[in-house]
Amino acid sequence: MAEQPIEPIHQFRINNLFDIGTFGGDGTAGSGVHIAFTNSALFMVLTIGLIMAFLILGSQRRAIIPTRVQLMTEMSYEFVANMVRNTAGHDGMKFFPMVFSLFMFILVANLFGMFPYFFTVTSHLIVTVMMALLVFFTVVIYGFYKNGLKFLKLFVPSGIPWFIIWLVVPIEIISFLSRPLSHSLRLWGNILAGHIVLKVFGGMVVGLLAAGAWGIVAIAPFGMAIALTGLEFLVAALQAFVFAVLTCVYLHDALHPGH
Amino acid sequence: MDPEAAKLMGKLIGAGIACIGMGGAGVGVGVIFGNYLSGALRNPAAAAAQFSNLIFGFAVTEALGIFSLVIAFLLLYAV
Repeated sequence: MAEQPIEPIHQFRINNLFDIGTFGGDGTAGSGVHIAFTNSALFMVLTIGLIMAFLILGSQRRAIIPTRVQLMTEMSYEFVANMVRNTAGHDGMKFFPMVFSLFMFILVANLFGMFPYFFTVTSHLIVTVMMALLVFFTVVIYGFYKNGLKFLKLFVPSGIPWFIIWLVVPIEIISFLSRPLSHSLRLWGNILAGHIVLKVFGGMVVGLLAAGAWGIVAIAPFGMAIALTGLEFLVAALQAFVFAVLTCVYLHDALHPGH
Repeated sequence: MDPEAAKLMGKLIGAGIACIGMGGAGVGVGVIFGNYLSGALRNPAAAAAQFSNLIFGFAVTEALGIFSLVIAFLLLYAV
């Protein structure tokens, strides 16, 4: 791997593993839709495959005295179910499959990315934006479907005097519309920044080792890289949890509009 | 100084200045965890129920620091 440049951004490059073909376009270079199976797609498939294997294996026996895999499956189920009940309310449980899928996908994708030379799916903005938009449109469509125009009470907090309401309503609307932005940028920024910091400290170790007798100093960034790896495991789990909790909070707005 | 070098200099300085915004997010996250801890030490029985509120406040505050990071990345790689 000596050929690989010491550059923190290089790890996020998307490579085509095999081309499927170009659809549409007039044959000139760059026209039409070019579809290929990329390393990003490969790791999404691996993530889904691992989650399915874990859940199917864990829920197959349904023993009264659970095995370790069954215990972990039940714990992950109960963890998310409690979160949905506490944050979105009991009628939020009809959205449990969506929250559980998002939580497990982000958690496993983040943890997959912690392996060296593995691609991190959630370090690309397009992936997190699509998940955040899915949540946003679920909230908007279900909110109007269930509450009708009463859903708009979400923007009018009760119990404030009439002369402030003209100021509060635009602020509430802007904060509602900026939700998918912050929802997606939070996950993406955390994962991207964490991986860049890890690579920067790794690059420092390599650079210092090449400096001859002073290479002994490289132990300092090496220790830092080890400590940051531990922190990144915490961030990986925490951001999956935060994404799921925020999904529940937004769903609560759709189920019970009006403050 | 030729225009390309001046542009690069401006990008790098701008990205560095954008990162100052993370200091504010750092203060905010510190306030949230500090207040949670002092509240939890006064009334440990109520602490566990407020944990998801803690994480929620932390996430909302931290997003503002991430925004300044995004501005820094935009300046470095997208301008």
